[in-house]
Parts: sequence; structure tokens; C-alpha cells
Amino acid sequence: MEILVCVKRVPDTAENEFELNSDGNDLDRDDLVYSVNEWDNYAVEEAIQIVDNVGGSVTVVTVGDDESEEVLRREMAMGANNGVLLSDDAFEGSDGKGVAGILKAEVEKGNYDLILTGAQADEGAAQVGGMLAAMLDLPYASLVNQIDIADGKTIKVGREIEGGNQEMNEIELPCVLSIQTGINEPRYVGIRGIRKVAKVEIPVKSASDLGLDAADVGDAGAKVKRVDYFVPDLGDGAEMLEGSTDEIIEKLIEKLKAKGGLS
Amino acid sequence: MTALIGPASFKFFGFFPAWIFSFLIPVAGISFFAYIMARRIAPLVRAAPDSRFGRIPERIKNLFLLWLGQYRQPRYRTAGILHIIIFFGFLVLSVRSTSLVVIGLSDSFVLPGFDGIIGHVYNFFKDYAATAVFIACIAAAVRRGIIKPERYKVPAKYGHDHTAEAVFVLGLIATLMVSESLFEASNAAAELTITGHSEFLAPLSLGWIFRGMLMDFSHGTLQGLHIAMYYVHDITFFFFLCFLPLGKHFHVITSIFNVFFMRVDKGNIKPVKYGVSDEELDDLDSFGVKKLEDFTWKHMLDFYSCADCGRCSDQCPANAAGRPLSPRFITIKARDLIFKNYPLSGEIYKSKLLVEDIYTEDEIWSCTTCGACEEECPLGIEYIDKIVDMRRGMVDEGMVPQSLQKPLKALEKRGNPYGTMEKKRADWAKDKDFAAECDVKILEKGETAETLFFVDSITSFDDNIQAIAQRTSKILTKAGVDFGILGKAEKDSGNEVVRFGEEMLFQDLKEQNTEAIMESGVKNIVTADPHAFNALKNDYKGLPDVTHISQFIAEKIRSGALTLTPALFPEKVYVYHDPCYLGRHNKVYEDPREAMDAIRGLNRIELEKSRDRSFCCGGGGLMLFYEPEEDTRMGVLRVNMAAEAGANVIVTACPFCLVNIEDAIKVAGKEGEIEAIDLTELIEQHLA
Repeated sequence: MEILVCVKRVPDTAENEFELNSDGNDLDRDDLVYSVNEWDNYAVEEAIQIVDNVGGSVTVVTVGDDESEEVLRREMAMGANNGVLLSDDAFEGSDGKGVAGILKAEVEKGNYDLILTGAQADEGAAQVGGMLAAMLDLPYASLVNQIDIADGKTIKVGREIEGGNQEMNEIELPCVLSIQTGINEPRYVGIRGIRKVAKVEIPVKSASDLGLDAADVGDAGAKVKRVDYFVPDLGDGAEMLEGSTDEIIEKLIEKLKAKGGLS
Repeated sequence: MTALIGPASFKFFGFFPAWIFSFLIPVAGISFFAYIMARRIAPLVRAAPDSRFGRIPERIKNLFLLWLGQYRQPRYRTAGILHIIIFFGFLVLSVRSTSLVVIGLSDSFVLPGFDGIIGHVYNFFKDYAATAVFIACIAAAVRRGIIKPERYKVPAKYGHDHTAEAVFVLGLIATLMVSESLFEASNAAAELTITGHSEFLAPLSLGWIFRGMLMDFSHGTLQGLHIAMYYVHDITFFFFLCFLPLGKHFHVITSIFNVFFMRVDKGNIKPVKYGVSDEELDDLDSFGVKKLEDFTWKHMLDFYSCADCGRCSDQCPANAAGRPLSPRFITIKARDLIFKNYPLSGEIYKSKLLVEDIYTEDEIWSCTTCGACEEECPLGIEYIDKIVDMRRGMVDEGMVPQSLQKPLKALEKRGNPYGTMEKKRADWAKDKDFAAECDVKILEKGETAETLFFVDSITSFDDNIQAIAQRTSKILTKAGVDFGILGKAEKDSGNEVVRFGEEMLFQDLKEQNTEAIMESGVKNIVTADPHAFNALKNDYKGLPDVTHISQFIAEKIRSGALTLTPALFPEKVYVYHDPCYLGRHNKVYEDPREAMDAIRGLNRIELEKSRDRSFCCGGGGLMLFYEPEEDTRMGVLRVNMAAEAGANVIVTACPFCLVNIEDAIKVAGKEGEIEAIDLTELIEQHLA
């Protein structure tokens, strides 16, 4: 089975403290560390496990700048066979549809049975997977937490329903799936693994390589534009406790006592 | 001299020379033994390299202490004494057994040098040795078969019970003792009957007792017994020799080598592969132990040498807490696998991934590397290096629990397991109240100091532990030390990173720290974290001298640079908990106690499990993130020990111990009854 997994480089929520930049239009990105979007990591692990069982290959693709290459290498260290970086100045500022359009162009260059994306990205809006499927006119299942490979023409995919119930669906190949965390336990990638693939060539494709018109992607093609970015004002009755953990706890207990929540 | 015909001259049925058996039995026995040994050595030849031929004086010292001296045996008193008796009995009787083999071919044979007074003295001791061994065997069999101490039990998941083999071998040894004594006593009885006097037999020895019992027997019966006992001894002796390499009694042969080749350093971790430098690590195809043959030959020898005494697991805190780890069975399962894959005849089988075949992932992650097992093993079997080697293999295969992946990634990106930003590493020093009282230099932008205070991650970032950094700084200031910290240039020491098998990440951290420390130009290093202390001292190379704060405090009290007030709470009962990486791994046992005892009127008691038998609190570094399967927390067990001893303050000298014990006090519901404090807190309270 030929599998393409779309991944994204995002600021790691666990290892960063997010603050607004001085212009107030984005995160302060000076001191951030990045990694592969968590959901995408599960998707790549799933793809590798499928290929381990039934054969084939896994290709990881991302839309981004030069630095995005690091997430491709991490996923290749995990076991993905190929990586493709879709990078062009013209891609900058793409909205969800723009990114889906870029990915669509790459998907059409290959012959994939299965296209996986993360259910959402840390910084994203959970829209690329669905748009990509629609643009490719392929069947789509979202929030997939289980994949059973059957005869090769169809597969079964699972989805958790509110209340802890599980739903199974049959879906025809080729198809696009968005993968939920928890579908597997992604393997560990250490520095050694990354170094092993450090010299593997990763092709970089530009808008013209993909046959895309620069006017359809990036800022130029974006129909959705960010107009503001801010920390919401405190609502009525909300209060932020500040200080060290101990101080915060002390203040909280005081407040609970004052309001009769604790006696 | 001999009243009876010896086996060399005896003829069965009056014509068949017995010496033919005396010749064939040893030849067959030795041939079988040589063949078995050749098959047993095969896996060692295929094993990974190891470096055990240097440091000969230390190795000889170990031989004298642990092997000949049986130094660790009395740590378990009854079993230890029984073992010492059997061990020395064997040593003494090996001479007699060797000469007996030759006596079967030449009746009057005496070992060279044993024909005079030496021979008489030897015979005297030998009689008692055989008697003592016989009695010890019976006592040991009663223990194994009837009393059945808990630690010999084999839980169902680890296979069948080992009592039968143990008792069988005790039976073999007893048979050897009895047959040898009867062989001698029958002749002595005949001699005494004929001549009125016999060869001297040590009073109350087995031979002496048997001679008395045989006095009324006919000459013919004594002759028959004499020959029969000779061959019972001969056959048992060679059977026993060939039986040794088939099970736990292999240690009779291998222990001398195992002790000679045992580790001579403490606190360090073996390199990924002997003969491969840190710089060449990238060229290795595979890391760590994945299959049986990835173990080094010494580690294989360890598997052969285990006597199944169960002391390691009896001391193992993971085992006590009900984690799926029992060091004894790490060894036994590997030995069973060697025996299975390298059978005595026929094809050698290919080994599979160990963590899927005989071990589980959780089993290997359960170890806190506290070192209690290694400290206890009477024959110097190693565990930590094996566990680390297997973890290296798992890390290389991507088999790392999710709970550990996050901190490992944070260590890679931020240099600390919490993922906190580097620039916040020195925030504890900038706290307003503290900074007003104590100024801590950050050694950057040309700032220098004599001493580096290496803080390490938990003490830098954990809200509750930062106080240790502040108190350490106050103590250093009070003692007049010119010191500073590295601030954001400091990375995690990586003590647990290397011990959790992430070698390349450790190499990175080590390089960054080494560079920062060397650049700072400090003359020495002090730390309050035993894990950092251990890593910098034993895993890093070429750094200035490293001291733990407890050593520093004790030294400054001795020199008079620090003086302490009388005890603030003389009514409290204090107990010191030895952190593994300060005590067992670095032998710092006395300094913290000395520091506590310098507080006049402080009531300090000792735990039964203290010093080199200290009981791990639950493990530090990455172990704080690991979610083990366990029945109870190690820390809770430890807190209960302190409570039973009647203590109400547990003093430790390690930030991880403090975290684990404080948590355990809450879990055990002993808040208000017992408290935990760090040594730096106790000392700072009492600074004069």
C-alpha cells in the first residue's frame, strides 16, 4: 500500500510559553521550539505499521519553509521511506484551502492508495484534511482511531462517538483519513535515528514544480485572512491568580474559604 | 599398612581388576565435562566484547575479599554461614578428592608433599571439613525443603520451583562426604580389629563415628564396603562435576572467574560498545542489547554464575513495590534462554528480541538503577549495565513508553525534562526575597568564580525544590565560598538520560555542560543533587573536582568555617535516608551523618536498611515521569520503615528523594506524623 502522510511543523505546546509579539498580530516566535504536530505523528506511526503488515511505502509531505525539513527527517527516522518538502515563497500566507490545494497538486503526482492527515494541528483549524479529500474527489473519514486493512479495495475505519461508543465504517480506497491521537503509541525517535537519515536527499518542490499558479496560493490566493490576534480580556467575574504555585494555592484556598466553599 | 585391599588391587569376583573402573570413570567423567564446557563456552565466544583484563591488583583484591573471603555471605547470616562452611569444606576436600581419584589406580598414592606432617595435619582438618560440610548440607536441606525462606520462592510467572535441584545437589554433596568417610572408616575399623590400632581419625568426625559403628562388622563386609564406597564416591564425584554446568551449581566453577572479572568501578555505566569511542558511536549499526548475543561475555558469565540465592531480589525496591521486575529472574531467564538456544548437542538456535521473548518492556523500565542488587550479590553479578544496555536497545528500536517520550524530547529541545525555557533556569536566584539576602553570580559574560554550583534541572525548575538551590547558596555564602551558577548555559546532567538508554542525547548534554563548565574557568564544582554529582564525577571526563554539598558541609564543619547552633527541635527523632547515588554509587555515607551529628542535641537514629542497604525512594530524573505498574510506591515502603523505627523527620540529601518521600508521606496518610526535609534545610536552620 502506498501511503502519503501530510505533516506540519508547529510550536510545541509542551515546551513553550506562548506570548504575543509586540505588534500583537502573532506569537512571539523568538524563543520557540518546534516539532511535528502531535496528531500527524500518530498518522505517520499508523502508516508505518500498515506498511510493516501489508508492504508498500510511506511518504511524508509538508508545506513549509526550509526549517520544516526537520520534521520530515524526524518522521523518516521513525520509519517513513520518503519525504517531500513543498516550499515556495509564494506559499506563504496560504489559508486552509491554499494548503489543501498545494497538497492536492503533490498527491496527483503520485499514485497513493491512502492519504493521511492529523485530525488537526496545534496551530490549525482542522480543515485541510477535509478540503483535500473534496478537491481530490476522494472518500473521506475524519477523527479515525482505528484502521483495519481488509482485501485491498476497501478498509475499515473506526471513530469514537460521544459517550465512548465506537463506530466502524467501510471506506473505498483510495481515500483520505484524518487521524485522531490514541490510535497507536508512536515510537520514540532519538537523536541517533535523526542522524541516520541526516544525509537522505529530500526533494523540494516549488509552485512551478507542482504546476501551481502563484496567484492561487499564499497570501495572493487566500480567501480567509487573519485580521486580529489577541489574548481575550478577562470576562466579568474572572480573575487570574498570580505568583508561585504555593502562593496561587494559598490565594485559592483563601478565596474558597471566604466564599464558604471550604470550611 | 592397609588392612583391606584398595581399589587399585581389588578384583571383582576374584578375577576382574577394579582399577579398570578407576580408570574408565575419570576418563569418561572428564571427557563429558570437557565436552559440556566447550558447549557452554560457545555463547561467550559469540558475545559482545568487554574490557576486564586491566586493573589486576583490584581484581585480585576482589578475589580475596569476595571469593576466598566470602565477604558478602554473612549479610544473610544463616545461609551465609552454611555457605562458608560448604565453600571452605570444598576447598579443603578438593585435595582429598583429587588424590582419591589416583588411589583408584595406585593404592599407596599420596599427593606430593602430603607424605609427612603436612599430610597428617591435612587429614585432621579434612575429617572435620567433611563432617562440617555434611552437617551444613543437612541444615541447608532443612532450610530449603522444610523451612522454605520466602526469597527462594519462584512466582508462577517465572517458571517452576527450584527446590528439587537444590536439595538434589545437597544430597550429592552429602553422599560425597559420607562415602569418603566410610571408605576411610571401613579400612580403619578393619585395621583396628586386626592390629589393635588404626590410622588416626579426628575425634567426633564422620570417619571416627563410622569407625565406631563398623567395629563389629566382619572383615568381608568391611572389604566390600570399602570398595563400594570408593566407587560411590568416584561416580558421584564425576557425576557432580558434569552436573555443575547444567544449572545453578555452575557457580562452583565460574564464581572465581566471575569475581575476578566483576566491575571495579562504582557509579559509572559501560560504554555502548567496548572499543568504540564516543565519536565513533554514529557509525554503529545497532545500539545496546537486543538479542542474547548482544550481551558482553562477562554478562553471559554472570548468567552462568548466578547461584539463585535470591538476595538481589530480596533487596530490590522495585520487586518489593510489586513492579514486574525481579533481578534474580533477569538472570535466570537469560540463563534458561542460553541453555535452550545453545543445547548440549545439535543445532544452535537464533535468538529473538529479548524484550519480546523473555523480558517485557515494563520489566526493563522498572529498574531505578539504585544498585541494591549489585551491592548484595555475593559473586559480583551486575545488573545496571545490563538494564541500561537493554534500554539502549529499546530506545534504538523506538520502544519508549509515551510517558518518557515527552521529557526526553524536552531534554533534547530545552535541556531539561520539563520543557521549561532555558532562560528561566536561574529564576530561583532572582526571587526578590532571596536575592536580597543572598547574591548568586551567574557565570556568563566574563563573570568568574572559584566554585561552580551545578544546580541541575529539578532544583532549578521545581517550585518546591528550588529552596534546595537557595539554601545551598546560603550555606556556600556563609562558608565564604566564591561561587556562581551557569544559568541558561547549564543543561540537565543527564544522569538518568544515559541510564534510560538515550546515549546520543546524553552525549549532547555532556558536551554542552562540559563546554560551559570548562569555559567558566571554575576550579571545583559543588552540587546538592547526588544524580548530578554522580554523572559529573563518573560519567563525564576531565572536569574539575566535584563535591556533594554534604561532603562540603562536613568538611567546613571540621575546618571550623561553618558552626552550627544546638538542635532547634531536640524532641524530634531524625533519621537519615541514604540516597542511592550518594551512598551506594559513591560511598558517601558518613559525611551527611557527621553533619547532622554536629548539631548538638539532635536526636538521630538509624534505619535498619541504611548505608549500602538503603532502600530506594522510587528513583530520580526520568523515573519521576515513568508510570510503572506497581502495588505500592517504594517511597511509601520507605516512609513506613522510618515510622516503624520511630522517626518523625526523614532527612535526605537528594532532591528526588525529597520529592518521592514527601509524596509518599501524603499517600501513606502520615502527614503531621512524619516529615521529610533536605540536609541543606536542616543545616541552614542551624547555621550559627
